[in-house]
Amino acid sequence: MLTRLISGDRPRSIVLTIILLAILIGLALAPFLFPGIRSLETAARICIFIVLVASYDLMLGYGGIVSFAHTMFFGMGAYGVALASVHMGRGFDALIVGTLAGAVAAAVLALLIGLFSLRVRAIFFAMITLAVASAVAVLVSQLSSLTGGEDGLNYQIPRALTPAFKFADGRLFDVSLNGKLLNYYLVFFSALILFLLLLRIVNSPFGRVLQAIRENDFRAEAIGYRVVYYRTAATCISAAVAAIAGSLFAIWLRYVGPDTTLSFEIMIDILLMVVIGGMGTMYGAVIGAAVFIIAQNYLQELMAVAASATAKVPVLPLFFDPDRWLLWLGVLFVLSVYFFPTGIVGRLRQGR
Amino acid sequence: MADAILETSDLTVRFGGHVAVDHVSCAFRAGELTAIVGPNGAGKTTYFNLISGQIRASAGRVFLNRHEITRMPVAERTHRGIGRAFQLTNLFPNLTVLENVRLVIQAQRHRGFRLFSMADSDSAISDAAAAVLKRVRLDALAAQKVSELSHGNQRKLEVALLIALDPLVYMFDEPTAGMSVDDAPVVLDLIAELKADSRRAILLVEHKMDVIRSLADRIVVLHNGALAADGPPAEVMASDVVQEAYLGRDLADV
Repeated sequence: MLTRLISGDRPRSIVLTIILLAILIGLALAPFLFPGIRSLETAARICIFIVLVASYDLMLGYGGIVSFAHTMFFGMGAYGVALASVHMGRGFDALIVGTLAGAVAAAVLALLIGLFSLRVRAIFFAMITLAVASAVAVLVSQLSSLTGGEDGLNYQIPRALTPAFKFADGRLFDVSLNGKLLNYYLVFFSALILFLLLLRIVNSPFGRVLQAIRENDFRAEAIGYRVVYYRTAATCISAAVAAIAGSLFAIWLRYVGPDTTLSFEIMIDILLMVVIGGMGTMYGAVIGAAVFIIAQNYLQELMAVAASATAKVPVLPLFFDPDRWLLWLGVLFVLSVYFFPTGIVGRLRQGR
Repeated sequence: MADAILETSDLTVRFGGHVAVDHVSCAFRAGELTAIVGPNGAGKTTYFNLISGQIRASAGRVFLNRHEITRMPVAERTHRGIGRAFQLTNLFPNLTVLENVRLVIQAQRHRGFRLFSMADSDSAISDAAAAVLKRVRLDALAAQKVSELSHGNQRKLEVALLIALDPLVYMFDEPTAGMSVDDAPVVLDLIAELKADSRRAILLVEHKMDVIRSLADRIVVLHNGALAADGPPAEVMASDVVQEAYLGRDLADV
């Protein structure tokens, strides 16, 4: 049963299993284990980025397709929910319509880009996605009457998903039972289902064809697979899932803006998460997203502690100044890529 | 030539000013094994590439069962019955031996776009793949990664993929290149077995004269991209021009 749920794709390493279970339990019980607004924000962000990174891994790690438009698809889902909520008024129907519209639009755009450029060469596809993504980002910030421009959009989501809504009196383990909690579990379970769905897709006949194409596209074609169709299909699925992740993000944040959903920085974050976690493993997305986002959010604190602990030592506190957190994040990445060229998951599976 | 499965008519390809395959017209019948010989650079592999579609023809046409396939994409030709093995081993190195064969059968049965079932849950495909592996004596290595196989076993797997395709036209490009004396007979026996099936045509690019002598029903000689001789082995080998120009040196090598 459990094996079926994970599509027979076992972690194949005891350490990896433990880490994955720890992340799963940590996220499932985040509101109770780590009370506080900030930790819940972090947990929700991890859930959403697991889906986003896993969908990118379907393309890059399984299909061998390099795309720079993943945040564009993410943003399409987010703006779908935002625009639907602004124009249809607050309500679950707006969320559903917005999510579906965003996912369909993302898949259609991916189809167009794919059919147009994937038949030529993989590098051409990468360039096209870069161009289209930049164009869309500019468009979104310019069309301020529709998209709110650089300021983005604020909108209301159904009351049942906001802190103002109390679905039960009292508190459970000192956590108030409000709509925010419901909202978190909406994000968590949606992310879990989407991740399991992606895990199934990569272990399906289709997933095997993608792996074959990544291994040797020339031969895949020669044994009878139209490589361009498979690559395009993978791109469309990946885009639709990324858009749904974007919708979840929009529902969670109650705000969309170019910086939070479309920026190129997020694209680079996604790439780093895939590489750190381990390409072509799906589980790498879970670990990559968790490690990266926790580091992004808590490295500064950790450094403040280190700085005060070393306050009496000359020079050292300068290195641990919380303002230099980005430097250390960079060092961490360089080290992790150097020591784990196949990602954390790849490393753990080798060391089995 | 009523029973020609595969036919090329005036097939030509130019790379810049160089004519690699020059107006080659040739028909291949079912139940016949044709050895294609010629010195290096004669255009044998290029001729193969034109038939299986990796290279597009500059002029001329290719027919499979009288249907023109000259402009068809590679995968489409494969579905119609062209089965091509490659000179340099050309497999999926990080997948298992079984998975390599499974992928071929899955392609033949058009199951590639199944998204939500498990890849290894289709027992009909897995069984068929296992049967093919047994035929090429690789069943003991089914769970191995291809990159961990010896060169000889990789060549066998190359043949296995072709058998799994079950094509109308088998195209072997030096199937025993670099194989040990122990492994080569396994592959040659397999080709001899395939030959027994009278519904298929087999094309074989080969340098080794003993292989040609034991397997070929017919020899086609290419020289500078053009058809230089075509006929029964004894006749072609005996012809003075061919003997001196192409086969003499190969005979000395054997």
